[in-house]
Amino acid sequence: MLELALKGDKKYWGWVIALLAVIGVAFAVYLKQLDFGLGITGMSRDVSWGFYIAQFTFLVGVAAGGVMVVLPRYLHDYKAFGRITILGEFLAIAAVVMCLLFIIADLGQPMRAFNVILYPTPGSVLFWDMIVLNGYLLLNIVVGWNVLEAERNNIHYAKWVKPLIITSIIWAPAIHTVTAFLYCGLPGRGFWMTAILAPRFLASAFAAGPALLILLCLIIRKVTKFDPGKEQIQSLAKIVTYAIIINVFFLLCEVFVVFYSRIPSHMSHMQYLFAGLHGHGALVPWMWTSMALMATSIVLLVIPAARKNESILAFTCVILFIGTWIDKGMGMISGGFVPNPLHHVTEYMPTLPEILITLGVYATGLLILTILFKVAVGVKEEVGGLKDSCESC
Amino acid sequence: MGNSRRSFLKVAGITALGIGTKPVLDVFASSGGNGAEPKPEVSQNEEALTAKKWGMVIDTRKFNSAEDLDPIIEACHKIHNVPELPEPRHKIMWLWEDEYKHAFTHREHELVNDRIKHLPFLVLCNHCEKPACVRACPTKATFKRDDGIVLMDFHRCIGCRFCMAACPYGSRSFNFRDPRPFIKEENKEFPTRMKGVVEKCNFCAERLAVGKMPACVEASNGAITFGDLDDSESEVRELLRTNYTIRRKPDLGAGPSVYYIV
Repeated sequence: MLELALKGDKKYWGWVIALLAVIGVAFAVYLKQLDFGLGITGMSRDVSWGFYIAQFTFLVGVAAGGVMVVLPRYLHDYKAFGRITILGEFLAIAAVVMCLLFIIADLGQPMRAFNVILYPTPGSVLFWDMIVLNGYLLLNIVVGWNVLEAERNNIHYAKWVKPLIITSIIWAPAIHTVTAFLYCGLPGRGFWMTAILAPRFLASAFAAGPALLILLCLIIRKVTKFDPGKEQIQSLAKIVTYAIIINVFFLLCEVFVVFYSRIPSHMSHMQYLFAGLHGHGALVPWMWTSMALMATSIVLLVIPAARKNESILAFTCVILFIGTWIDKGMGMISGGFVPNPLHHVTEYMPTLPEILITLGVYATGLLILTILFKVAVGVKEEVGGLKDSCESC
Repeated sequence: MGNSRRSFLKVAGITALGIGTKPVLDVFASSGGNGAEPKPEVSQNEEALTAKKWGMVIDTRKFNSAEDLDPIIEACHKIHNVPELPEPRHKIMWLWEDEYKHAFTHREHELVNDRIKHLPFLVLCNHCEKPACVRACPTKATFKRDDGIVLMDFHRCIGCRFCMAACPYGSRSFNFRDPRPFIKEENKEFPTRMKGVVEKCNFCAERLAVGKMPACVEASNGAITFGDLDDSESEVRELLRTNYTIRRKPDLGAGPSVYYIV
């Protein structure tokens, strides 16, 4: 089916070349990082994980969010999502690949990465994260590809695929739970030491992932002949609504526990993020922007008229995505390191090379997404994606 | 042509050497395997200092100012080829000093006496009984020995820095760049590190192995005592018996092996 990705108009190839150019620049910067070391980033002895790990965490959420179309389709037999399940699965593939690339980018000795397999250490959460992420990637590739190929050939997908689909549905929350466990089991890191971290991660994932999917559906409708469907987009919007409300609710639960108990080692991180600590407050404007964006998106999603208007919905999804990205991609990781375990404040801001490498990974993800979506949409157009229901899927 | 032949011979030679060393490697490989195979005999230096559980007692009453601590820190950093990096965020520290309120975050109070408030405290890896760093490491590059010392394998570390996030004492440093150009005077008896790996205090395991006390202990004029916490007759136990001592963040349950007399 890959040949479908080789046929495209000028705009398609222009987009692909633009992405390749970004990847090329970023790769050159990565070679520089490989040569010099991670010292070219803004990370420090005190803030030892930064932008890369934060993006990784956010994107695990986007990947897990794909399950929000797969689950209703297969567990609730919600047929309408049959049209877009493949988009959810392919989005998950692109997101997991980005996650893995961010981990590689963050390693001090990337050529030793296989030591994780050579010396398997089940006591380490990172070992399990490696397993769940690669497993989820494999599951989505196998399931997505087989179901799409079956659709193209107008037959039902093979029987053995179904158990894999069910597995992938259970697997999706697992990837984000394990990722949260990376942080919430660490003694002396009060910001993350909360049992609600994994649920919070999942809530923000199920908001950000489907919100991105809505935007992708709208783009696909605009640039291709395939229409993902009005009902589908509205159903996704309802999922996003519940998820973002739960996400903000969880955050407020944290705020209550932290500020009512007033335990400094837990409270100081929140103070740093939202008010600044000992005169350091680089993230304060970002965090309040994030709060404002998430709150606004809730208002716009809860009002039925605003949600049903696709232009407003698109705007809502954009601000929601940015809001959850700031929360997780900027505040969540470095916030846990400031102040450090000795209560010193060392601030962190990504450097230009770090941002360029990050953009390169995002461009790689977008390239994979473009190619996979091109294939998927190509198949949909072939089998007549313009009709309302799809018998084979 | 000649050049390539030479390099071929070199490779062939190394390969032959590799085949020659295989039996030796097999012995090492079997040590981690199933219990049925005989374990290799590793003969220990007869002069080596051994213990069931190494621990340290720092008598802070014997210190008055940072000047008292500097030679101790310098001795440690010099012997272990710890570089002095120009950029503060790339800093590498095995043994350093900090104020009471930072070293003992859970004990700090405003009305603590002037001496304690302004006295610099030595901080280092606590060689915990239940080390969070060892639990977090995905490659066993950091591990706890039977004698309680938590060590690093610089050659296995992938530089994921999970251990740094896990350590509640901020005891670990990462080589954000090649440290070698920043080592003032290289000690050939201890390995230098490469960029991209984590390092920390090793309780001078390399010195204990040849019968020497840790460098900081030697440089401390008797202010730091090192010994077997498991041996009720040891000097450290005697100090613990006769003095009130505190540890850093004992409430976390990691079981630090460094005690402070205040």
